[in-house]
Amino acid sequence: MSYEVIGITVLWTFLYGYLIVASIDFGAGFFNYYASVTGKGHVVQKVINRYLSPVWEVTNVFLIFFYVGLVGFFPSLAYYYGTALLVPGSIAIILIALRGSYYAFHHYGNKGRLGYQLLYGATGLLIPASLSIVLTISEGGYIKLNGTSVSLDYGALFTSFYSWAVVLLAVVSVLYISACFLTFYAHKAGDEGAFRILRKYALFWSTPTILASFLVFWSMSDHNSEHFAKMLDVSWLFALSFLFFVGAVYFIWKKKRLGLSFIFVMLQFATAFYGYGAAHLPYLLYPHVTIYDSFTNDTMAITLIISFVAGLCLLVPSLYLLMRLFLFDNEYVQGKK
Amino acid sequence: MFEYDPVLYSRILTGLTLAVHTIFSTLGVGVPLLIALAEWIGIKRNDEHYHLLARRWARGYIITVAVGVVTGTAIALQLSLLWPNFMQVAGQTISFPLFLETFAFFFEAIFLGIYLYTWDRFKNKMYHLLLLIPAALGATASGFFITTVNSFMNAPLGFTYENGVLSNINPIAAMFNPATPTKVSHVLSSAYLTSAFVLAAIAAFAILRGRDHVYHKKALHLSMVVAFVFAIVTALVGDLSGKYLANYQPEKLAAAEWHFETMEEASLILGGILTEDNEVKYALEIPYALSILAHGTPGAEVIGLEEYPEEDWPPLVVHYMFDLMVAIGMGLALISFIYIVMKKKKSWNPLNKPLLSLIVAGGPLAMLAIEAGWFFTEEGRQPWIIRGVMRTAEGATTSQHVDIMLYLFAALYVILIVSAVTVLIRTFRANPVEKELKKRGIE
Repeated sequence: MSYEVIGITVLWTFLYGYLIVASIDFGAGFFNYYASVTGKGHVVQKVINRYLSPVWEVTNVFLIFFYVGLVGFFPSLAYYYGTALLVPGSIAIILIALRGSYYAFHHYGNKGRLGYQLLYGATGLLIPASLSIVLTISEGGYIKLNGTSVSLDYGALFTSFYSWAVVLLAVVSVLYISACFLTFYAHKAGDEGAFRILRKYALFWSTPTILASFLVFWSMSDHNSEHFAKMLDVSWLFALSFLFFVGAVYFIWKKKRLGLSFIFVMLQFATAFYGYGAAHLPYLLYPHVTIYDSFTNDTMAITLIISFVAGLCLLVPSLYLLMRLFLFDNEYVQGKK
Repeated sequence: MFEYDPVLYSRILTGLTLAVHTIFSTLGVGVPLLIALAEWIGIKRNDEHYHLLARRWARGYIITVAVGVVTGTAIALQLSLLWPNFMQVAGQTISFPLFLETFAFFFEAIFLGIYLYTWDRFKNKMYHLLLLIPAALGATASGFFITTVNSFMNAPLGFTYENGVLSNINPIAAMFNPATPTKVSHVLSSAYLTSAFVLAAIAAFAILRGRDHVYHKKALHLSMVVAFVFAIVTALVGDLSGKYLANYQPEKLAAAEWHFETMEEASLILGGILTEDNEVKYALEIPYALSILAHGTPGAEVIGLEEYPEEDWPPLVVHYMFDLMVAIGMGLALISFIYIVMKKKKSWNPLNKPLLSLIVAGGPLAMLAIEAGWFFTEEGRQPWIIRGVMRTAEGATTSQHVDIMLYLFAALYVILIVSAVTVLIRTFRANPVEKELKKRGIE
C-alpha cells in the first residue's frame, strides 16, 4: 500500500469514528430536549447523562484528529478547503463551541435549564448539517478556481438537490444512530421506561434514514456520474450495508440481542462509508485535487505513520479502560456507582 | 472601521481567539497539578479538607476545560481557514507535533473523564489519584507540543525553502528548534504560577469576606507555596529567554527594549514613551542591565534595531507588553515571598488585609501577564509568520468574509466568557464549602 493510501485510510477511519461517536452525542442532545418538552425528560435523561458525561470530551478529539491528520498528510488540501470553507467552517465551529460549553454549563452548573437544553439539542442537528458541506463540496461543482484563488459558489451549493440530500441524510442518520445506541444502553441499564421510549425513536428514524440514503445515491448519479459509476463497482458493500440495516432494525423490533443490533448499525454505516470513500478515490476534491498531488513529503508521512501507531498503542488501552468503566460496567450503567 | 483587508482581519480574529483560549488553556495546564497535590496531601495526612478541596477545584475546573476545549477546536480549524498558505507549509514541516498534541489531548480527555466520575468508586483512594497523573501529563504534554509549533514559527529549522518549494525536511529538527527549550519551560512554569495564583486569589477572597473556616486557609497556603516555587522558576526561565532572544531573535529583544543602536554596556529601559523620531522619554534606565539580561556580563554587546531594515522591525509597542509581563511577574514573586516569610514567623499574621488584597489582585494580574507575554512574543515576531521565511501577509486567506466572521466570533466569546463566569459563581455560591462540609459529614 502506498503512503497516500495509508494516509487517507487513517483519516477516513477517524472520520468514521467521529461519525459514530458524534452522532450518538448529537442525537442524544436532541432527544434530551425533545423528551423534556414532551414531559418524558425525567425518564430518559438519566440514561443519556450517565453515558454522555464521561465521554463528551473524547468526541471532540475525533474531529480534531481528522483535521490535524488531514493537514499533516495532505497539506495542499488544507489550502483549498481552508480558503473555500471560511464561512461554513466558522459557522460549524461556533455551533460546536456553543454546544460543548453549554453541555458543560448545563450539566455541571445549572441543572435543568430548558434554554440550555434547547441550545444543546438544536445545535446537535445543525452541526451535522454544516459539517456535511465538506463532503458535499468534495464531489466537485461547488468550488470556483480562478488562477490561484479559490472560492465557494454559494448559489450552486444552495440550489443543488444533491447537497440538500446529503444534509437530510446527515440529520436523520444522526437521530437513527443515536436512538439505536441509547436503546441498547437503556436496555443494559435495565431502565424499562427509557428503553420503551428510545426504542420507539429508533424504529421511527430507521425509515427516513434508509430513504435518505437512496435519495443521496440517486442524486449522486445526476451530480457526479463518474463517482456514481465507481460506487456501482463496489455495490456489494452497499448491499451488505442494507442487510446490516435490516438486521439491526429486526433485533430492535424483537427487543433482543441489542448489543449485536448496535454492532449491525455500526457495520451498516461502516460498509456504506468506506464504499463511498473508496469510490471517491483518488480524488479528494473532484476534479481538482487527488491524494497524489496533495500529499506531504515522504519524511513527514513516515513520521506521522510511526507516531500514529505509537499513539494507538497508548490510546486503545485507555479507550478500553473508559469503556470498561462506563459502558460495560453493569453496576455503573444501572446507576449503582 | 478599517478598509477591508483580509490580512488585518485574519490577524485580529486569530489574536482574539488565542487571547480567549490562552485564559482557559493556561488554567487547563496548571490546575490539574494543584488538584493532584491537594488530593495527595489529603491521602497522606488523611485530611478530608484537602479531599474536598480537590473535589471543588475539579468541579470548577471542568467548566473552564469545556471552554478551553471549544476555543481550542476553534483555533485549530481557524489556522486553516484564516492562514491556508501558511498551513500548506506548516503541514509539510510541523504537523508532527500538531499530531502528537492531539494524542496528548485525547489522553487527557479520557483520563479526566474517568477521574471526574470515579470519586467514590475505588476503595483505595490512591487509584483515584493515579488517574489524575495521566490527565495532568496529557495537559502538560499538549502544552509542550503546541508550544514547539509556535517555537518553530519563531526559529524555523529543519527544512530548506526556495522559490516556494520546501525540501530537506526534518520534523524532529523542526520540533526541537533553538526556541523550544526556553519557550516551553516558560509557558509551563508560568501556567502553573498563574493557576496557583488564581486559586489562591479565590481562597484569599473568601477569607477577606470573613469566612474563617480552616479549609480556606489550607487552600490559600497550598496554592501560595506552589505559586512561590513557580514564580522563582518562571523568573529564572524568563532570564534564559532573554538570552535566547539576544542570540537568535535580537530584533525582538531590541524592539522590546527600544534598543536602536548596537552597543556594549547597554541599559535596560523601564516604562517611558517613544517620540515620533524614536527617542525614549520619561523612562527609567538601569545601566548595564540589558547586557546582563542578554549575555550575562555587563560589558556585552547588544544588537540594536538599526542593524535591520525598517520593514523588518517588529511594532515598537511590544515594549509596553514586555514591561507589563516582567513587572507583574516580579510582583507575584514578591507577594508570594512575603506570604511565606510571614507564615514562617510565628508572631506575624499572613492573613492581614493588605496582603490578602494583594493576593486577590494577583489572580487576574497573573492572567494579564500571560496575555501580555503572548502578545509580546507574537507581535514581536511581526512582520513574519515564519521568521525569515514567510511574511504574515503571504500566509493569510484571500476570502472576502473575514470581517463578518470576526464579529460573529467576538459575540461568541463574549457569550462564552459571561456564561462561564456566571455558571461558576452560581455553582459555588449555591453550595459554599461550609455547607458541603456538613453535608458530607466531615464536621
